Amino acid sequence: MNNQYYSKLIFELSREGRQGYSLPRNEFVNHNLCDMPAQLLRQQEPKLPEVDELTVVRHYTNMSNNNFGVDTGFYPLGSCTMKYNPKINEDMAAHPDFTGLHPFQPAGTADGALEIYYNLQHSLAELSGMKEFTLNPFAGAHGELTGLMVMRSYHASRGEGETRRKVIVPDSAHGTNPASAAVCGLEVVTVKSLADGTVDVDDLRPLLDNTVAGMMMTNPNTLGIFERNIATIAAMVHEAGGLMYYDGANLNPLLGRCRPGDLGFDIMHINLHKTFSTPHGGGGPGSGPVGVREGLERFLPNPRVVKVSDDDGDSFMIQHGEESLGCISAFLGNFGVIMRAYAYILTLGHEHVKEVGPLATLNANYVKESLKDVYELPLDVVCKHEFVFDGLKDKSTGVTTLDVAKRLLDYGFHAPTIYFPLLFHEAMMIEPTETESIETLDAFIEVLRKIAGEASENPEMVKTAPHNTPVRRLDDTKAALEQIVTYQFE
Amino acid sequence: MAYKYFPHTQADLDVMLGRCGMTSLDDLYQDIPDDLVFKREYDLPDAMSEAEVRRYFDELGRKNVRLTCFAGAGFYDHYSPSVINHILDRSEFLTSYTPYQAEISQGTLQYIFEFQTMMAQLTGMEVSNASMYDGTTATAEAMMMAVSAAKKRNRVLVSATVNPLVRRVLDTYAKFHGVVLDEIAMDGGVTSFDDLKAKLAEGDVAGVIVATPNFYGIVEDYTGWADACHEAKALLIMHCNASALGVLKTPGEWGADVAVGDGQSLGIPLCYGGPGVGFLCTSKKLIRKMPGRIVGQTTDANGQRAFVLTLQAREQHIRREKATSNICSNQSLMALYVTIYMSLMGRKGLREVNELGYSGAHYLAKRLVESGKFELAFPDKPFLNEFAVKTEEDLDMLGTIGALNDINIGVRIDEDTLLICVTEQRTPDEIDQLADLLITPFSTDAEDDSQA
Repeated sequence: MNNQYYSKLIFELSREGRQGYSLPRNEFVNHNLCDMPAQLLRQQEPKLPEVDELTVVRHYTNMSNNNFGVDTGFYPLGSCTMKYNPKINEDMAAHPDFTGLHPFQPAGTADGALEIYYNLQHSLAELSGMKEFTLNPFAGAHGELTGLMVMRSYHASRGEGETRRKVIVPDSAHGTNPASAAVCGLEVVTVKSLADGTVDVDDLRPLLDNTVAGMMMTNPNTLGIFERNIATIAAMVHEAGGLMYYDGANLNPLLGRCRPGDLGFDIMHINLHKTFSTPHGGGGPGSGPVGVREGLERFLPNPRVVKVSDDDGDSFMIQHGEESLGCISAFLGNFGVIMRAYAYILTLGHEHVKEVGPLATLNANYVKESLKDVYELPLDVVCKHEFVFDGLKDKSTGVTTLDVAKRLLDYGFHAPTIYFPLLFHEAMMIEPTETESIETLDAFIEVLRKIAGEASENPEMVKTAPHNTPVRRLDDTKAALEQIVTYQFE
Repeated sequence: MAYKYFPHTQADLDVMLGRCGMTSLDDLYQDIPDDLVFKREYDLPDAMSEAEVRRYFDELGRKNVRLTCFAGAGFYDHYSPSVINHILDRSEFLTSYTPYQAEISQGTLQYIFEFQTMMAQLTGMEVSNASMYDGTTATAEAMMMAVSAAKKRNRVLVSATVNPLVRRVLDTYAKFHGVVLDEIAMDGGVTSFDDLKAKLAEGDVAGVIVATPNFYGIVEDYTGWADACHEAKALLIMHCNASALGVLKTPGEWGADVAVGDGQSLGIPLCYGGPGVGFLCTSKKLIRKMPGRIVGQTTDANGQRAFVLTLQAREQHIRREKATSNICSNQSLMALYVTIYMSLMGRKGLREVNELGYSGAHYLAKRLVESGKFELAFPDKPFLNEFAVKTEEDLDMLGTIGALNDINIGVRIDEDTLLICVTEQRTPDEIDQLADLLITPFSTDAEDDSQA
């Protein structure tokens, strides 16, 4: 079967009377759901599909063929750290001694799970130079929000909760930074970048006063440039009574070379689904642990996992702290993701985890140096894990970054992050990660050079790309206008 | 340098560094001031071989105890058909990112579209987003959505019968987001309608949050609630158990404006509380106020039906601090999980799951009450598969005896009250074993163990 153009919806495969399940017999039929008062039961049956098991298996297997993942091919998506997701991690996360654990286990029946949770907290603290971590946040943006709640709790504990409500965010920051600040009830103030993409210290200075709660930064920044003035910036913010927040989206290149805690940051989050190799799953589940420096750990969200040592050895307990900012999750976050990340750290050990940053950085610089003669490189300096091109060097063809991105799909590569950061009109943000070989990078470089050639020789072909994908370029406007977000039955 | 996840040989390093005009990896970090460079070894364990990693997890796994689960309280032990994990292991799904490049992400986009359709059907609402972190944060997002839709009003009422795990998260978000959260009193296990009306009359209410079934397992009658809320221009937000909606009156049928909850009960393993999958469904007229990702139908350049992320103008990467929410992802793989579950179960399977839970729970409740040692906490109130019993017995001791017999007897919710849940996973033998254990704890084999 040629399944490339397979696109029926599961609802269109449904036939009255088919079923894809088997359940045990009901041995207690004397107690019948029909005894429930009728006004509490649904009147209209849900239109869920009626399909046999093989139909379900084929349907979703065929759909997976219309998808692209890291296991399919190279995924140079900037700021997303699409590294290889090791298979042993998946096996460990599916371990039956863990997957059946209920959050309300009697004491002493989930000690193995608590030990893993604690050990990962501890490992992340060591890797980042922070004092303590919580693994409860579900994603990077959730970690940002949690970290900002820590920031506000700290100021509140000093009687400055109401006066310190401003958070400073660079104009190059990830969009979640200002959005998280707004959800947390903070006012966002933007600080400008210099021509080299780093924070303008002169623009920052007048913004710092006793209304500032703190500053959010990622380092290296979204242009892949290390903020060399970070120590000065941190000192200025601390001087003004604010706290420094580290957005861990770009942590990967620092592994083995630098720790945010040593750079002057007070609070940070880590994306386990970026730096610590857990799969992105098409958008989630992720995990966004939050770390804090000494003195702030009492504000971390409940519940907390702590170690208790006595004559019998170490044991691990769930605690609720009095000064905590509160709960930001039902329980201990995405435990399945936490197990994967810990398996990764155990696999690399201290001797290999330190190689991650330098190799990711080398891969990025290699690609940058190999293409800067045909793509516009606004900042010709050593980058870290990623870098940004401002479109093709030759702008006369009318071929845009979007066109180049779509044409890459034809050649079997995922596109870079495009039109971000907003500092350039034709931004293409490329992050190769450390798990890619020189052969893969060379193939990618060759294709991007070829596309640059096509842009001059046959621009129309590039502008109408992709040509070889399961579907062609999509009509975004139509989707927004018609707002069809569910299947239209009959 | 080459390791199993790093393909770099020394020859590769030489070529690559040469291209960058460098001679060592240290040259790549020359822009970092020396006093900021980390120079010692990380204090972490030595690298483990794959077999050693396996042994490590096996060893820690033995420190957990696999229990027959009668605990619920927001996390439910339902059966997960084999098909699901086999499909989820398709790494085209597992290892993809958020579907920004729609042309090579139709797999993800299409299952999200199917998920949205199924959740809308299940909740009886018009539209759904692409999923959220979990049920607690989805409810918090709904609370903020109500405040945003109401513009100047910032007071939200929450029923005392909403799961405390949800309530705690609401309290946190409310505190930081500037929402005034007031509680509607409980009256005999259900939310007081009189108290709702009194609190609505005080004014300034943007939203009202209730639950079905509620924390105590009771299915509340919300007749008249939507009208009362809408008269006060407040949104009615209903927190639901997704599986139970296979049979219970839906938020849509009650007239609610927003339905939220966790889809974990649709077959997702307990996994110590996560990942689950939050959902948020609403009406068409509120779609632009809805947080999170949304997938919409469109056509491609050949006129063929296809799917794409839509209404992104609400989102953080465009609106930054003015976005409807800071959320920039969904719980995509878990949305796939429950989409496959619902495809396999269909409406009839979901109904049978609920019938089995209902029958088992009511049989167990009857046995416990007939023993004279337990009484229903709210005797005249209807429940589905979860119920609260009161007792003068020592619940801590019963929990310990249960654990010694490899049973999680349920969740102790206060000094003398136990919340018990029965799903289709519980066999008649297991249910009888729990009843025996709770009624006559010292006549079982556990006696010797517990006194040893």
